[in-house]
Amino acid sequence: MANYPTDLKYTKEHEWARVEGNRARVGITVYAQEQLGDVVFIELPKVGTKVSQMQAFGVVESVKAVSDLFAPLSGEVAEVNAELVKKPELVNQDPYGKGWMLVIEISSPQQADALLTAQQYEEFLAKGGH
Amino acid sequence: MRYLPNTPAQQKEMLRSIGASSIEDLLSPIPSKARLSRPLNLPAALSETELVVHLRALAALNADADDHVCFLGGGAYDHYVPSPINHLISRGEFLTAYTPYQPEASQGTLRTIYEYQTMIAELTGMDVANASLYDGASSLAEAALMAHSATDGREQLVISRGVNPLYRGVVATYAEGPNLRVKEVPLADGTTDLGALKKAVSGKTAAVIVQHPNFFGCLEDVQAAAGICHEGGALMIVATDPVSLGLLTPPGALGVDIVVGEGQGLGVPLSYGGPNLGVLATRTDLVRRMPGRLVGATVDRDGTRGFVLTLQTREQHIRREKATSNICTNVALCALMATIHVALLGKQGLRKVGELALAKAHYAAESLSKIPGVGLPFAAPFFKEFVLRLPKSPERVVKRLAKEKILAGIPLKPYDRALKDCLLVAVTEKRTRQEIDAFVQALSQAVA
Amino acid sequence: MTGYDKLIFELSAPGRVGYSLPAPDVPNADPKALLPAKHLRASAPELPEVSELDVVRHYSRLSQLNYGVDTHFYPLGSCTMKYNPKLNEDMARLGGFARLHPLTPEAHSQGALQLMWELGRDLAEIAGMDAVSLQPAAGAQGELAGVLMIRAYHLARGERRTKVLVPDSAHGTNPASTAIAGYRVVQLKSDAEGGVDLADLERNLDQEVAALMITVPNTLGLFEPRILEISELCHARGAQVYMDGANLNAILGITRPGDLGCDVCHFNLHKTFTTPHGGGGPGAGPVGVKAHLEPFLPTPVVTKSDDGYELDWKRPQSIGKVQAFWGNFGMLVRAYTYIRTMGPDGLRAVADNAILNANYLMKRLEPHYDLPYPGPCMHECVFSARRQKKLGIAAMDVAKRLLDLGFYAPSTYFPLVVEEALMIEPTETESKETLDAFCDAMIQIAREAESTPQVIHDAPVTTSVRRLDQTLAARQPDLRWKPGRAPAVSDTRV
Repeated sequence: MANYPTDLKYTKEHEWARVEGNRARVGITVYAQEQLGDVVFIELPKVGTKVSQMQAFGVVESVKAVSDLFAPLSGEVAEVNAELVKKPELVNQDPYGKGWMLVIEISSPQQADALLTAQQYEEFLAKGGH
Repeated sequence: MRYLPNTPAQQKEMLRSIGASSIEDLLSPIPSKARLSRPLNLPAALSETELVVHLRALAALNADADDHVCFLGGGAYDHYVPSPINHLISRGEFLTAYTPYQPEASQGTLRTIYEYQTMIAELTGMDVANASLYDGASSLAEAALMAHSATDGREQLVISRGVNPLYRGVVATYAEGPNLRVKEVPLADGTTDLGALKKAVSGKTAAVIVQHPNFFGCLEDVQAAAGICHEGGALMIVATDPVSLGLLTPPGALGVDIVVGEGQGLGVPLSYGGPNLGVLATRTDLVRRMPGRLVGATVDRDGTRGFVLTLQTREQHIRREKATSNICTNVALCALMATIHVALLGKQGLRKVGELALAKAHYAAESLSKIPGVGLPFAAPFFKEFVLRLPKSPERVVKRLAKEKILAGIPLKPYDRALKDCLLVAVTEKRTRQEIDAFVQALSQAVA
Repeated sequence: MTGYDKLIFELSAPGRVGYSLPAPDVPNADPKALLPAKHLRASAPELPEVSELDVVRHYSRLSQLNYGVDTHFYPLGSCTMKYNPKLNEDMARLGGFARLHPLTPEAHSQGALQLMWELGRDLAEIAGMDAVSLQPAAGAQGELAGVLMIRAYHLARGERRTKVLVPDSAHGTNPASTAIAGYRVVQLKSDAEGGVDLADLERNLDQEVAALMITVPNTLGLFEPRILEISELCHARGAQVYMDGANLNAILGITRPGDLGCDVCHFNLHKTFTTPHGGGGPGAGPVGVKAHLEPFLPTPVVTKSDDGYELDWKRPQSIGKVQAFWGNFGMLVRAYTYIRTMGPDGLRAVADNAILNANYLMKRLEPHYDLPYPGPCMHECVFSARRQKKLGIAAMDVAKRLLDLGFYAPSTYFPLVVEEALMIEPTETESKETLDAFCDAMIQIAREAESTPQVIHDAPVTTSVRRLDQTLAARQPDLRWKPGRAPAVSDTRV
């Protein structure tokens, strides 16, 4: 299903990671943004911040809800999507493209094995997603 | 009972529809062991007339600012309260509404809060103000917690001894939970000792806190304090008196990051110290760390301008234990009093209030200090409040002047032992030359 | 449509005044002569210049855009929007109260101090507590004071406990106050009946737990039937029990937090004791404690001796101050007036009628809306609009439609444990006729959800504005008026 591209890895907290070499691009899934509704604000770490797998790295807010963002992989923040500050709606409009949040310089590539495949994530959602 | 409308016949009818034989049936989930087996031990009910007599008698025991000439300050002031305020805030649509959770049925309250936020931002010279907190003291404590989080958890607060001691008490209480350390900076000639301040500020300092005008009435060098504060990477917090800001340079122009204040002087009754009006204003980049409610402008479905509570994800009902503050109920009606007050006084009136208070306070200080043995211990510039050193016990002087229906000031012994022979005197725009002259005469006799 | 869309700033005309101030009567009135130039404001703030009539008409018209208890039934659950007696307002405005400075010598504030002492005594009796502080400004500040007292109590016994247990149905202030007091919040699950899950409580009640915060009746409007067991269990493990007194209205004269084993309890004078909500405050949140916590009460405490009443500051174990002065005294006068109006029998009748009204309303609406936790309820009931949600009508839609039908809305989406929650608290001051009219409206909406849902989606249409764009407000915060900026839509309807 196009909602969950097969080239991505997923967390049970509804983040995705696209691993490209020793870097991973990170965002939240279609399901996550639907649950939140209109995203109004995203708080992201600075470039250079160390993040750890499944530890909170930021916060995403809609009008009536707020949710922590969890790092799919450990490493150092290499890039941050600055455009989201002015246009948080990109997370709703294009969660796997222009709505990306971070690029992480991965420190432990083997951690990717602990993430879900698209199929596993969809099965997880089918069971209620939490 | 005039507040309980259901008649016995209606109660029976309602019980019948519920399928209960008595109200007692509905109380079945309450364990009988926990039931109160006697009536509450409270005074018997009074009729309206009886109660009015009783409360009038209690009120008559108090020396209020109508019957007495009031020179008391210390964070609460006898300022001009224009007549329309009480009429307008007494309208049931304002008085008996609650938090504007349904904005379509609360545009009156929401608009007044938006106006209030604008007025406070204008007066303080800051970008944004919240919808109110409880009082000046708790606003200051909230600002300190805000600085703690905005500086990534720095744990030291550097606070001037020129800050109202009652406020410092509240800051100490709020600092207890997050375990913040409070370092006090002494005064030199009535204002914060900047040398000592410089020594106190370090890379661990979350905030530097001064009051301006300070508790003793003196004007601080806020800009210099802010410079020292920012060198240490801390946030500069100033507690101010919004009434002064029609005349005085706004803290926003002096490098301040968070401005708090007690807004009681803006049309809120003295009311024995509460409810008051907690003011908090800051810069745009700190808005998401602000405590309390915020109202924002938006549009409705038809494109018509409207107002809503916004950025609510900061608040406890959404973020729960991670909220910026636990505040829920604030003091919206007091904010409305201030809004109406500022609207009535406007651009010119607030400046005039400031000019009058300034002039009268200086006239009083000059006249009082001419009394033999009476002096002004501090030379720093002041606004409407000043310290007077007396040759006799301030407590006794206060007692004696009360007999002449003059509330002479606040004896400073409980607040600062070094000033145990001093009295804090406030002079608002309401005091007349005649009243000040009578005060001077009464004081001369009392200390003679 | 009421059609008034001005802000006070938009009425301004240079040179117009709305105040009356005396001419200077002292020599030397020039600010430049009295203060160094750096202290004087360089330019005037952008404040309105309007006449007194401009102000009176503007705020009168704005008030008409609000629903209040005086104008509308206000079934906002958990907020106890009962009638606010006019006599309370008159008494709070007596010069001897309203015009009394907080630092007036105690010898000259005896009437105020007596009122506070008697109110504290009466609240202690109502809650079955031993001592009360009137200082906290609102329920949330009462909670903070209460949790700090518990913390001080444990520390005084040499125990450094780190956690506080809070049920998932609790008000958001509970976890927020607890966190500010320095505790880690552990959330407890509700059981199938909506009470505290005892197994979950047992599991979490270890040596690190300082307190359990509990709301009785809880936010589902249900009395916690095992409250005595819960308190015993907590005490056996050295934890204190804090009761959120938000729902005290339901139990006045029937049972008391102190008799339920609670050690601390706050009062919302703006809920149970009829002080007006004022569009969001001020309230007052006195806090009552059992004797073992009395040394930790905020300073000062009002005491009585042969010489009269005084403020006692000499309390070395106190948690300190939470407000600059002594409490929201204006609210205390109103609550005192109310308690003296009602007397013991009147207060008991309040609880009885609040419970009767809520159960009657629940019975009438039960066929039309899902009731996840069946009654009998206490003072409020929580329905779910999940049946209507399947038809595309959410709880918020029901709320908006009610506005068109002449009622304020219930609390929505709270408590969090109920999907599409509609939390209704009728209070004792409403008559059967009003409840029937409200139930008729709710039933009409349930029918409309099936037959003409568009009328609900379109609602409200009778209010001054229609549904507002919350997303726009949050994405592009506009938090203050600025000169020269046109309103979003030009106003031609005034």
